[in-house]
Amino acid sequence: MENQRPTFYEEAQGNGVSRRDFLKFCATMAAFLGLEASGVSQIVKALESKPRLPVIWFHFQECTCCSESFIRASHPLVADIVLNKISLDYQETLMAASGFQAEDAYKAVMAKYPGEYIVMVEGSIPTGNEAYCCIGGRSALQILQEAVKNCKAVVAWGNCASAGCVQAASPNPTGAKPVHKVISGKPVINVQGCPPIADVMAGVVVHLLTFDRIPQLDGLSRPQAFYSRRVHDTCYRRANFDAGLFVESFDDQGAKRGYCLYKMGCKGPVTYNSCGIIKWNDSVSYPIQSGHPCIGCAEAGFWDNGPFYQHLPEVAGFGIETTADKIGLGLGVATAVGIAGHAIVTNIRKHSEIINEPEEGSKFENKKKV
Amino acid sequence: MRNRSVPLREVYVWEMPVRIYHWVNALCITALCVTGYIIGNPPAFMKGTEAYFNFWFGTVRFIHFVSAFLFFFNFIFRLYWGFTGNEFSRWYNYIPLKRCQWKEMLEVIKVDVLQVTNKKIDSIGHNSLASFIYFITFLIFLLQCLTGFGMYAAMSRSFLPKLFAWVVPFLGGDMHVRQIHHVTMWGFILFAIVHVYLVFYHDYIERRGVTSSMIGGWKFIEEDVIERHDSGTEECPKR
Repeated sequence: MENQRPTFYEEAQGNGVSRRDFLKFCATMAAFLGLEASGVSQIVKALESKPRLPVIWFHFQECTCCSESFIRASHPLVADIVLNKISLDYQETLMAASGFQAEDAYKAVMAKYPGEYIVMVEGSIPTGNEAYCCIGGRSALQILQEAVKNCKAVVAWGNCASAGCVQAASPNPTGAKPVHKVISGKPVINVQGCPPIADVMAGVVVHLLTFDRIPQLDGLSRPQAFYSRRVHDTCYRRANFDAGLFVESFDDQGAKRGYCLYKMGCKGPVTYNSCGIIKWNDSVSYPIQSGHPCIGCAEAGFWDNGPFYQHLPEVAGFGIETTADKIGLGLGVATAVGIAGHAIVTNIRKHSEIINEPEEGSKFENKKKV
Repeated sequence: MRNRSVPLREVYVWEMPVRIYHWVNALCITALCVTGYIIGNPPAFMKGTEAYFNFWFGTVRFIHFVSAFLFFFNFIFRLYWGFTGNEFSRWYNYIPLKRCQWKEMLEVIKVDVLQVTNKKIDSIGHNSLASFIYFITFLIFLLQCLTGFGMYAAMSRSFLPKLFAWVVPFLGGDMHVRQIHHVTMWGFILFAIVHVYLVFYHDYIERRGVTSSMIGGWKFIEEDVIERHDSGTEECPKR
């Protein structure tokens, strides 16, 4: 059976990829994954010897930006090997089949490779009313739960599948939930971002293939290799932050000089991603480099912690543009007024104690008055 | 000259470690609130210069972090002292497990807050309401330490902050943690305002030397109160 499925390298060779390009790809992936030099040969060996990975890729409540990001991975081989060779047995956007044929394709994977195939999910799953997302007459929830039953692992692409993204933002009309909240018993890798960085996505796939196990994850099930540091802590504008040099409006001198976008509502200090290191579009740039604050798209609930261009989020239930500072200041003033009132009342009600003439019947009554 | 002879005795209420804790805590909280507010809302007073020459915001953050460590260890020390200090600083003052402590709280509200009666309350250390409020502030201290070190953990390799690495995933992300940390700061500010006012208030009304007791440790207490305390016949013995 092993021999029936060609390896990645064999498929790449068939597509005219040279040995040199293949090794370059392996080295790039090892670097992204943060492996030591010996890791390169591990990847080479895995891609040469292991059969291709059966994958079912579902699209639920989403915008397909994860797929769009994926096919723009920086190294040409990444997109090629992953999309053409990874054996995307079922991918609604990219596969040729439709209708019954498509349904058959993913059912065949499930029957043929039980315990071997990977389920990759783009999009959140509606739970308020499952009818909000149905494919082939079955709800997203039914399809997903059936598919994960015999899978090896689940990869949740992007913020939708990892945290619900915009569909789960208040008031969440569809009752959208991320993958890890609707399934159990299988490891879920949350590859955060809206969309995730293409090379991060490729890195996760290569890791799964090379080491045959899920990468090391953090407390929110994100691969530590890519999500252990804040955008802020790896930002090239960080020196401006420490120096107290801030952009105050998008057309001021500071913006021209490339000062820190902290006061423009940059969510870099609260967002874990590799944007500052791997960057986007073949490592050309990333939002902050282009002069725009990070909106925190790799964090759960980033839509509800807005506005994007304000440092402090609004406090729910207090009206537009009410921040913790405004409420705090209001409470401070109220406290001061309360204290003033209390002090006045004290001087009236406790007059006898204050002038030191205790009331009738007190123990110290008439002891000594001069 | 007006004067009055009242049977008072001096009582050593706040031991030296408690007083040191109090003032270290006060300094730390002041430093943390000031630097914290600046970190949340930095003034952009510098223009037309390069990052190479400056580090003032980094310094503000450094002061915040150093104060935070000091605050944390000071807090831990006070918890320890709650089990070894004198009866006025022990834990049982702060956690109202006795029915009479809740009753005393109601009385304090009547006497000192609403001022509907003028009864004197027998308390040498804190009264029950004050103690309970301090207990709540300790919970707030804990919350602030958890959220603060939780955010700090991601940029530290040291043992102590790493212990708090679970906080951020537990609360669902840095955005929420930072917001909680920021809102709680206002809790400290409001507490400080009321705390200072009430010290003035009690000294003004009762003249037991509350203000200076946190400097020298001694309070002036009426003899009958001490008698009731020593014989265990006071309304709410906290021991």
